[in-house]
Amino acid sequence: MQQLLEQLPPSPAVWCSGLRKRYGKRAAVDGVSFTVGRGEVVGLLGPNGAGKTSVIKMLLGLVRPDDGEVLLLGRPGRDPRARARVGYLPELFRYQPWLTAAEVLALHVRLAREAVPEPEQRDVLGLVGLAERAGDRVGGFSKGMQQRLGLAVALVARPELVVLDEPTSALDPLGRVDVRDVVLSLRERGVAVLLNSHLIGEVERVCDRVVILDRGRVAAAGTLAELLGQRELRLRLTGLTPAAEARLAAVGATHRAGQDVTVTLPADDDGATVPRLVADLVGLGVQVHAVEPGRISLEERLLGILREEH
Amino acid sequence: MVALTFAALTLREAARRKVLRALGLLTLALLGLSAWGFAELATVDPEFGALTSGEARLFASQVLNLVMFGYSLIAALGTAFLAGPTLSGEVESGQALSVLARPVRRSTVLLGKWLGLVAFGTGYVFTAGLAQFAVVRWAIGYWPPDPLTGLLLLAAQTAVLMTLALLLATAISPMASGIVAVGLFGATWVAGVVGSVGDLLGNEGVARVGEVSRMLLPTDGLWRGAMHAFQDSTSLVAAGFEGSPFLAVAPLSPGYLVWVAVWLLLIGGLAALSFGRRDI
Repeated sequence: MQQLLEQLPPSPAVWCSGLRKRYGKRAAVDGVSFTVGRGEVVGLLGPNGAGKTSVIKMLLGLVRPDDGEVLLLGRPGRDPRARARVGYLPELFRYQPWLTAAEVLALHVRLAREAVPEPEQRDVLGLVGLAERAGDRVGGFSKGMQQRLGLAVALVARPELVVLDEPTSALDPLGRVDVRDVVLSLRERGVAVLLNSHLIGEVERVCDRVVILDRGRVAAAGTLAELLGQRELRLRLTGLTPAAEARLAAVGATHRAGQDVTVTLPADDDGATVPRLVADLVGLGVQVHAVEPGRISLEERLLGILREEH
Repeated sequence: MVALTFAALTLREAARRKVLRALGLLTLALLGLSAWGFAELATVDPEFGALTSGEARLFASQVLNLVMFGYSLIAALGTAFLAGPTLSGEVESGQALSVLARPVRRSTVLLGKWLGLVAFGTGYVFTAGLAQFAVVRWAIGYWPPDPLTGLLLLAAQTAVLMTLALLLATAISPMASGIVAVGLFGATWVAGVVGSVGDLLGNEGVARVGEVSRMLLPTDGLWRGAMHAFQDSTSLVAAGFEGSPFLAVAPLSPGYLVWVAVWLLLIGGLAALSFGRRDI
């Protein structure tokens, strides 16, 4: 039996189904379901008031859902032990101002009941750029430094799931790059990350999958490739012959505006389509001035989805 | 045990936020003033001649109770005002978010804070109370008959008001919870005085006001028990003193102490229930 259980694939880092929450008459969250696989980085996107933070708080047991179920790392969300291996950086990050940065980390290590030796705790402070301030009281920290401390708190107890709610809201551009590096290194180590961020570019760079919330519902969800659809190729060509046009049409739908031609690439493109097409076009006597691979940005797609919804 | 971590954290907060220093200075001032007053009480009054030893004990009892009321007020109000910010203040500021997202039960967090605040209140009551007894003994040679019981009852009074403040803090803002707790404390004390006036006049209806209020919020009942332990009852009876707000005629009944324990469990349980259901 034990062997059988061990052979089962590990349960997802986050599994939630039918989450609902009403505040008065307004439904803040209305039937949200999604999963975050082990070691997967999932971005939570959506306009203000879409219910992103409410969903995160329900996952972590901070807000009681009116309906729905949560499993964290295989345990029901009602059980506090489900959060033993979860790190959390809240959107509203505040830490005991009368403790030092090192003491805040030590407190969270104790609460997580995880034996993390002090040098390792110091390393985490170093990772977020607070090594020099370990012995300083948090009350004297700037907002950006408090957010960095919050990131260290989320990382310190060797989490298997890290939930980051707007982790870069108070950070300068350098700090944002640091957060991106932290998320990427977490993914490398197989730690699952649920990232809520307004910075779509950030989400696009680090996330494997995206869940888009709008007015308390999941408006769209999928991998970036699924959500962003097929890629396209923009070309500037002169001397187009009917044979060359037929060759272009063989790749996918084409759109022509003067010298500019846009071709939709097939979803199963193995990377050889573009060089082969260019070689063939040149062979057919077409003059190729520019070749530019294009991709609909996540921002355009997000705006498109939200406009469809409204 | 996680609750002890929160208890220690609460005590560390009180120390780091300079609450201990402020209380220490306040207590030293009160000790100095009372030392002066008791020393004056011990000197001979030229108009009425020397006080008999019985009179001196009676006055000492009454003044000691008055001063101890000051300490109980500081301890009770201090912990009530600590209880509000430590719970709802942390929720409002967002400090509670990262802590409650750890694998801890909310009731454990609440129990830990309660233990820390009880330790704080009890520590203060015993330190200030014993220092005050030493001052009185030095000034006029009076030592209360049952200091340990009295101080324990004062500590219980502090715990009662703090538990009420914690319950309020799970539902309303820190400032409002402090004000409501202190207001109820004052109202119960006044009701207690009204009740003893009723006793004195033999008016049962008025006397019942004090009894009922002592059941609803046991701070005044415990305070009366503490007074009884601090005062010299033999000279009190000899002088036929009754109805003073700073003298108590009878000790607390065991039944009342059981009620206090039940009350603490009830209000503490309600606080845990209310905090457990609260959206953070």
